[in-house]
Amino acid sequence: MIARHPLLRRVLEALATLLGVAVLVFVMLRAIPGDQVTASLGTEAAALTPAQRAALEAYYGLDQPLPVQFLSWLGAVATGNLGASQRTGESVLDMTASALPITLELAVLSLLIGLVLGIAAAMLSASRPNSARDAVGQAVGLAGLSVPAFLLGSALLALSSRFLGYNPNAEQFAPLTADPWLHLQQLVMPALVLGFGLAAPIMRTARSALLEVRSQDYVRTARGKGVGPRRLALRHVLPGALVPIVTMTGLQFGYLLGGAVVVEQIFSVPGIGRQVLLGIQQKEYAVVQSTVLVIALTFVLVNLGTDLLYRVIDPRVRAA
Amino acid sequence: MTAATGTPSPEGGAPIELAGAGGRRGLVRRTLAGRTGAAGAVLVAVVALGALAAALGLLGDPLAQAPAERLSGPSARHWFGTDQFGRDVFARSAAGAAASLQIAVVAVAIAAVVGTAAGVAGAYFRGWSDRTVLGVTNVLFAFPPLLLALALASAFTRTWLTVAVAIAIVYTPIFVRVARGPVLTLREVDFVRATTVLGFSPLRTLVRHVLPGIAPIVIVQVTLSLSWAVLTEASLSFLGLGTPPPAPSLGAMVLEARVLVNVAWWTMAAPGAVIVALVVGLNLLGDGLRDALDPRNGGGR
Repeated sequence: MIARHPLLRRVLEALATLLGVAVLVFVMLRAIPGDQVTASLGTEAAALTPAQRAALEAYYGLDQPLPVQFLSWLGAVATGNLGASQRTGESVLDMTASALPITLELAVLSLLIGLVLGIAAAMLSASRPNSARDAVGQAVGLAGLSVPAFLLGSALLALSSRFLGYNPNAEQFAPLTADPWLHLQQLVMPALVLGFGLAAPIMRTARSALLEVRSQDYVRTARGKGVGPRRLALRHVLPGALVPIVTMTGLQFGYLLGGAVVVEQIFSVPGIGRQVLLGIQQKEYAVVQSTVLVIALTFVLVNLGTDLLYRVIDPRVRAA
Repeated sequence: MTAATGTPSPEGGAPIELAGAGGRRGLVRRTLAGRTGAAGAVLVAVVALGALAAALGLLGDPLAQAPAERLSGPSARHWFGTDQFGRDVFARSAAGAAASLQIAVVAVAIAAVVGTAAGVAGAYFRGWSDRTVLGVTNVLFAFPPLLLALALASAFTRTWLTVAVAIAIVYTPIFVRVARGPVLTLREVDFVRATTVLGFSPLRTLVRHVLPGIAPIVIVQVTLSLSWAVLTEASLSFLGLGTPPPAPSLGAMVLEARVLVNVAWWTMAAPGAVIVALVVGLNLLGDGLRDALDPRNGGGR
């Protein structure tokens, strides 16, 4: 290996992974029955003469060998040409540019809810292990792990519109710049659903981390010198348990991007997840292919970012 | 998982000791002795029995319509009420559970066999095979799980088997990771290195001496993966890409119930409760197994 430096190696690894991701996405699209010719013409494709078909295939570059097709596609993607929707003619790059920020906003909001809920439940549990409160905290964790987002979202939407008459998502989605207040309300319920699911793994990790830190010498010292229980929990125990919690939260970003498909569908939020699902439903494979690639790219970059951040937080990792 | 990735300290040695036949029987007994494991086993057994009864046709036809009885509430005749076509929601939920379990079991079986084999082979032989396995694993891990399942399911012609394969592909890398770590440790342990000196073939060493060592953690992972697979299948069905209609599926039932729930709450509550019971059961069972395997707990809690 030429790349000795761990940081450089990590970046090269991420690039290699991205190349693999591109290959997989390309292969998945080729596995779909039919091709660009039949996709653009629909049922009329059956009436094509062999010569017409060959001409169209040449036009779309389908007569080239697969590796050549892959490279020309990769070249187009690298220069920002993600293709266009067959239906509306809108470029996938433009669609993504308006959808991705909404999903990222939703992800950040969910992350906050998940962290607050998860850490609160964990502190409750860890404050007195094997007690009734521990059972409550653990039950919350188990529920977050076991109630699927689509069920929680559907039930929440039905209950709030029936009993509270409250359903901001029934209105047309408001962009942040147009109506920030409605925009926020429209994101709160989907973020609650995702955040609840996120709270479970955070709670489990945080609980065991807190229990481990609690038994360490410096905590006993702090208690011995008369630090009150609240200050002890917030200023001494929690900071010591943060590293595993941060790691776990970073790992859950994929759950957020996947869960976004479900909640964006339920709450009619025009994010990137909905873009994928609509693409699949309308058989717009160019849209699906490019959007999946963008999501995977985002995910790989976030993972790389978490990794690098982790090296900054914990010097021991830098050496490894 | 935690105990397994450790070094060959007294704790890390535990999975190896469990390899004996007596040890594995003890594992089941200790899992069921704990409250967590027992509760999980009961929940899973109840749902599985219902699914089995549905699969054997004991609960009536889940597709049979009875317009006169449409949207009637839970009663002695229809335990979970009926839906907008007068179909029995109990029979449909049970049949949906059967479909979910079928897909989840097949998916996890494929993922466990392929993933464990790849992880063990990579870690044992190292070199290019290990690099290939790790590369593919990294690529699969680069996708959000549900999104990958969605993309794969949409690429195949839809049958229950292709849905299972799509889910299997998503979960294979998890088994690679779970198996790889402990094998990296195990291959350096004396009793495994001795097999090379004794002239055993690598296949014999792997099957007779390495696999039993990692079996317990793979079993725990299988249980937990089953709960995720059930959730993934239900989510795919909810998004219209799971079990193909008209076969009942839990996710699709919740989707249909979204417009009915104000007049007939049971249409959403019943399939929802079945999903949650099954997933909670599998999670508890997995936790119970893990506790039973952890030498720091004297078995159970």
